[in-house]
Amino acid sequence: MGKEIDARGLLCPEPVLMTRRELDKMSSGTLRVLVSTAAAKENVTRLAESKGWKVAVAAAGEDIILTLSK
Amino acid sequence: MVDLKNKKFKWGERGWRPPRAANPLAGCIDRGPVRFRLLPSISLIGRCSIFVRGGKALIIGAGGVLGLFGVVLVQLGNPPNMGVCVACFLRDIAGALGLHRAAPVQYLRPEILGLALGAFGAALATREFRVVGGSNAFTRFILAMLAMVGMLVFLGCPVRLVLRLAGGDLNALLGLAGLITGVWVGVWFLNRGFSLGRATPQNKINGYIFPAMIITLLFFLLSKPAFLFFSKEGPGSLRAPLLISLGAGLIIGILAQRSHLCMVGGIRDFILFRDTHLLTGFFVILAVALIGNLVTGSFNPGFAGQPVAHSDWLWNFLGMMLGGWGVTLLGGCPLRQLVAAGEGNTDCAATVLGFLAGAALAHNFGLAASPKGVPLAGQVAVIIGLLVMFVIAFFNSRVPLTKPSAQGVSLDGEGN
Repeated sequence: MGKEIDARGLLCPEPVLMTRRELDKMSSGTLRVLVSTAAAKENVTRLAESKGWKVAVAAAGEDIILTLSK
Repeated sequence: MVDLKNKKFKWGERGWRPPRAANPLAGCIDRGPVRFRLLPSISLIGRCSIFVRGGKALIIGAGGVLGLFGVVLVQLGNPPNMGVCVACFLRDIAGALGLHRAAPVQYLRPEILGLALGAFGAALATREFRVVGGSNAFTRFILAMLAMVGMLVFLGCPVRLVLRLAGGDLNALLGLAGLITGVWVGVWFLNRGFSLGRATPQNKINGYIFPAMIITLLFFLLSKPAFLFFSKEGPGSLRAPLLISLGAGLIIGILAQRSHLCMVGGIRDFILFRDTHLLTGFFVILAVALIGNLVTGSFNPGFAGQPVAHSDWLWNFLGMMLGGWGVTLLGGCPLRQLVAAGEGNTDCAATVLGFLAGAALAHNFGLAASPKGVPLAGQVAVIIGLLVMFVIAFFNSRVPLTKPSAQGVSLDGEGN
């Protein structure tokens, strides 16, 4: 079970900042990021892909789970 | 709680996504066919993003359309270099409602109403309408007020800043420097854990109040009751035809909702992550409006005699710095706030009301600039605004400023 970031209900750029702080500490593995807006989903995805992480998107009710892996 | 991680979604169900391999579009944009059916015209723009990676076509399209309307609406009657300006138009709306009595800037601008309704419609159609709130709405209201005062000392929101640049108004360069500085200061606080806290889901009805308010204003605009104020002269009297303005607003609102276009977001993301996605929109608006102005002969480079602008360089800089700082703390430029309010974010709706209140404050207390310059009261207000913003930003930052090291993020809730 990898780490998890709960960025639900936060406006940009906070979800991206939280994700970056975690990713900077990891070289590989999986990180689950919970977000609640499409804007946050796209921004976190862009950040992760630019750092070479794979992103899988799944819905969790009203929220969105992004699973980053490398 | 349902184990959502392992939950299988049926086709068309909320949260359903087409399998990546089976969908040629999946690599570009992550949207299921349900949404495509609902919004064929937008899906067309989406489909173009096959050719440009990462949905960049949407942001380019949104910026292009905004830049184009920025020029076209001026040709059709809007004030010069003010085809679209969210701050100016909210100020005009505050005037039309009698919240301030500055006679030259009163009109219920249809562009704003269209923008909000377009975003609302697009969010509903794509199921991105989500009613959330409770993230320090009052503080947001105050920050929006301060930011608005700053923007009215500069005379424009970030959108108009770009349109002024495209018209050759070199005073806007000072505004741009101020905006970048303001965003940079905002980012500095964000990096140190500035947060206004989490928004949480709210009862659906609360998200419909803002669109209902906008529809009420639209009804006012069409019926023109006697209690409204409409300028007879000045910028407020310069208007493109109502239905064209409304239509332009609707289109911009839809595209802005789909693309998440944000003027300060572009500068912010570049400073934070060297990410140029949103910044592309900024440059496309500039390029398209510049070409448009050259074609129509509206490009007049210089500092002096620019329309609805002043050449007080220090206050152009500081005004926009206050504006840029404020909206960075708020999470997006006035355009984005309006769109997010249409998407059901009630904090952003409070922010929009804060902008209206800021406009009322700026004109009732004689703070707003005019082509003659910035009144002393406006200069004092900008300084006070910067001080108040510092206090709000400082005490909402979780990481102590003396220890700027990157700290782990707690997962189990917010510290503030």
